[in-house]
Amino acid sequence: MAKKATAKRPVRKGAAKKAAAAKPAAAGKEQLLDYYREMLLIRRFEEKAGQLYGMGLIGGFCHLYIGQEAVVTGMQAATKDGDAVITSYRDHGHMLATGMDPKGVMAELTGREGGYSKGKGGSMHMFSKEKNFYGGHGIVGAQIPLGTGIAFAMKYNETDNVCLAYTGDGAMNQGQVYEAFNMAALWKLPVVYVVENNKYGMGTSVERISASGANLHDRGKAYGIPGEEVDGMDVLAVHDAAEKAIAHCRAGKGPYILEMKTYRYRGHSMSDPAKYRSKEEVNKVRSTSDPIDRVKALLIDGGHATEDDLKEIDKSVKAVVSEAADFSQSSPEPDPSELWTDVLIEA
Amino acid sequence: MSDREIMYRDALREALHEEMTRNPEVFVIGEGIAERGGSYKVTEGLLAEFGAKRVRDTPISEASMIGVGVGAAIAGARPVVEILYIDFAMLGMDQIVNQAAKFRLMTGGEGRVPFVLRTQGGTGGGVAAQHSQSLEALFYHIPGLRVVMPSTPYDAKGLLKYALRQPDPVMFLEHKHLYMTKGHVPDGEIIVEFGKADIKREGTDVTLIAWSNMIPRTLEAAEALAAEGISAEVLDPRTLVPLDREAVLKSVAKTNRCVIVQEAVRRGGVGSDIASIIQEEAFYDLDAPVTVLGGMNTPIPFNLALEQASVPQKENIVEVVKRVLHADLVA
Repeated sequence: MAKKATAKRPVRKGAAKKAAAAKPAAAGKEQLLDYYREMLLIRRFEEKAGQLYGMGLIGGFCHLYIGQEAVVTGMQAATKDGDAVITSYRDHGHMLATGMDPKGVMAELTGREGGYSKGKGGSMHMFSKEKNFYGGHGIVGAQIPLGTGIAFAMKYNETDNVCLAYTGDGAMNQGQVYEAFNMAALWKLPVVYVVENNKYGMGTSVERISASGANLHDRGKAYGIPGEEVDGMDVLAVHDAAEKAIAHCRAGKGPYILEMKTYRYRGHSMSDPAKYRSKEEVNKVRSTSDPIDRVKALLIDGGHATEDDLKEIDKSVKAVVSEAADFSQSSPEPDPSELWTDVLIEA
Repeated sequence: MSDREIMYRDALREALHEEMTRNPEVFVIGEGIAERGGSYKVTEGLLAEFGAKRVRDTPISEASMIGVGVGAAIAGARPVVEILYIDFAMLGMDQIVNQAAKFRLMTGGEGRVPFVLRTQGGTGGGVAAQHSQSLEALFYHIPGLRVVMPSTPYDAKGLLKYALRQPDPVMFLEHKHLYMTKGHVPDGEIIVEFGKADIKREGTDVTLIAWSNMIPRTLEAAEALAAEGISAEVLDPRTLVPLDREAVLKSVAKTNRCVIVQEAVRRGGVGSDIASIIQEEAFYDLDAPVTVLGGMNTPIPFNLALEQASVPQKENIVEVVKRVLHADLVA
């Protein structure tokens, strides 16, 4: 898609992967800086999306990923070329983390021609063949069988790639998820189910609607799928768990479940004031376990970077985001004739 | 050209066999389709030929079986998912309607879903309300799906082969009553493109539009009508989506009358939609109202006599056609 000019991204993915492969436990300077940039990019992007939504430039639904940045950042740093990602509707962070162009993502949020789906998918439905990103799905849990099928194709085609199928805690009570677990375990498919447990399925806390409480990583036990609970606010912990789970899949041992204990700072969507939880609860998480602050502290305390160094990164991230925001407003509206493309139409 | 006659189910198996041989991306999954060869024997022998990797038994999990198929399709494989009864496809409606049908548009055209769902429906020998439905209208209603309903072994083979060469999701709807019927299928390659209706019998007085198992029944009715001096043309659209509107309108322009015969319940059916197309596009060609003869608006009862009474029979078709022609004479 020529109209999505490729921006120079602030994140050096290759470096992150190399560093990760070398020494996952004690992250080096470069890796920490990569994490910092990546998570900051997601956060600033989402803040900008929220702003544009407030200005009426983004319509429909818009589910922000703020607070959960460590999950996708740590997971993606453990992937290699050809690995695939599929997720639910809270998907902007995943797209940025797979290396998709922020301009194309933001322009899809504004429904413009330059968006990844030419303005026809919206916030919840984007896709990139190049980055093996399979969407962006709006039906809770439906991406789990799809991700299992992507893993099926990987195994069928005898690759050693892995599919990361992300889901929220809410989807863990959908029936088709368990059918997929059974098939993935039965056929030893290379799929990591990444359960982003941000504590609330829309407006209901996970404890109130889940028979096993919050122990979602145990949900594969009946199928013999190993599961693990991970501090999803700690990008290093996420990365370690990702390495382990992905290695398990690549070795042909079948699926793996990672339950990321995480938190979303914003409501379910832009129209949710999140009255089902207290301000104190949110503030406590923000002040004690913010994933970006944690990495920032590691960088400063470890003597890897100064406040000024980080300010430079902030500046470059801001520039990328503001370029994306500009593009999302200058890219034209789709031509009405687009209604007749990309689907079988009978006049 | 040979005069070889084979059964509908054998024609389907040949299509699968040929396409699996031609394209290593094609694989088949479903309940009891590998070791058991399928309840209707369509996949019999494929396991021995292609191995367990490409011919695979699944758990009884229709929703995710369809989802896994769609997932494999978006990642570039060519799955054929067999769902034992169309009634069971209802468990996978989310994956069919919300995922498979919409993926191409939602991705701005970059993503394609080369996915074929084979299933069978219709009445046939008292299998009762949950194994006898004709549900094509549900899929016909959903933009993004192709809906294919072969009535003969030739069409079954040619359409399935075509389905496995195009990039969009196909609901390939067979009929349980047709599996054992025989028809002419020449040796060698046959391909039937979507959107091309077939005139199964030429006539001049009335156009009878039917598909799937209503084709043999409508042909019988046409034969009976011929004995009474009425010349009926029988048109089989073969694919409901895409629909060969041109062929429908051309036939109606010739005969000036049309009866649509469907096994599915009358209410909200494909027949009503075709009737509306005809009255919009060809009103001035018509000498009589377009009439839809469909199944009764009832779940299919178990008792054989009741089952038969619930869907159009040869006698009903003859009666309706005569009524339509009589209306014309009165006018």
